[in-house]
Amino acid sequence: MTTIITVTSGKGGVGKTTTSASIASGLALRGFKTAVIDFDVGLRNLDLIMGCERRVVYDFVNVIQGDANLHQALIKDKHCDNLFVLPASQTRDKDALTEEGVEKVLKELEHQGFDYIICDSPAGIEHGAVMALTFADEAIVVTNPEVSSVRDSDRILGIIQSKSRRAIEGREPVKEHLLVTRYSPKRAHEGEMLTYTDIQELLRIPLLGVIPESEAVLQASNQGIPAIHQKATPVADAYQDAIGRFLGETHPLRFVEYEKPGLIKRLFGGK
Amino acid sequence: MSWLSLIFGEKKSTASVAKERLQLIIAHERTCASGPEFLPDLQKDLVAVISKYFPVNPDDIKVGLEKQGNYEVLEVNIVLPEGR
Repeated sequence: MTTIITVTSGKGGVGKTTTSASIASGLALRGFKTAVIDFDVGLRNLDLIMGCERRVVYDFVNVIQGDANLHQALIKDKHCDNLFVLPASQTRDKDALTEEGVEKVLKELEHQGFDYIICDSPAGIEHGAVMALTFADEAIVVTNPEVSSVRDSDRILGIIQSKSRRAIEGREPVKEHLLVTRYSPKRAHEGEMLTYTDIQELLRIPLLGVIPESEAVLQASNQGIPAIHQKATPVADAYQDAIGRFLGETHPLRFVEYEKPGLIKRLFGGK
Repeated sequence: MSWLSLIFGEKKSTASVAKERLQLIIAHERTCASGPEFLPDLQKDLVAVISKYFPVNPDDIKVGLEKQGNYEVLEVNIVLPEGR
């Protein structure tokens, strides 16, 4: 059984690609055969975040149009044995992403025995974003604690509920998960930032995890290594917890409570 | 801050302002989104049912959703052919 997970948000810059890379890597690390597909035709970036940009020969659109087969286009990840990346093309022709074409590629991945397919959605609610969610079984909605992100997440949830195949065919609806990213417990504690419970109340979908704001994310993307590999950082641990919860495990939320720095820390500084 | 805020009254945190604004706009946009999607289908179905009894022109059946205060009003306007 293949599960198709769409990582989406509506708004840009909230951490969709970072999340796609880390969730895909995390699932692969747990032994699942996983593919991660960049749906952002014209603005591909998943390859950079995964650190495989120099190994891109063929892309998603090449496979759809029959210029290459899937085997030629899939890039094997450097860090995980059973993880493969399918990059987006850099052509500007967004209509190259046809519904039949996307379905064909997903079916083929299913035949090849993939356990999980992660669809990294582009921002917006246009064709590419709709294609990324059309075949979803589950959706991870990435949201920042910020008004425009929350509103756009609600919009994209509406689109999932009306345009996904599951919705159109009247099957069991797409399972939705909320992932709050770039969260600052201190600012939330001080009333400067929406809390994760506020966001969950507004969007009314189950919370998969809270990823704290962290320097580690930039450090990871600088090097082309998914953030989940940044050992012993709160971001990596929070992603691991989220993956565990996705797989049905229970993990208490970490990195969401603000701890006042002690006297010694205040005197001597430190991060 | 504490005694000052006691004297001048606590200022609302910006996060709670954000939450209130989002509650309003999201509720509003959800009702808008659920409207237009089903209206064309409803219109088609009404045409099909009514034309069983009257020969009506599909354009003479108009369906609209309107918001009046706290109520949503579904307006169906059917013009029957003359000379029956």
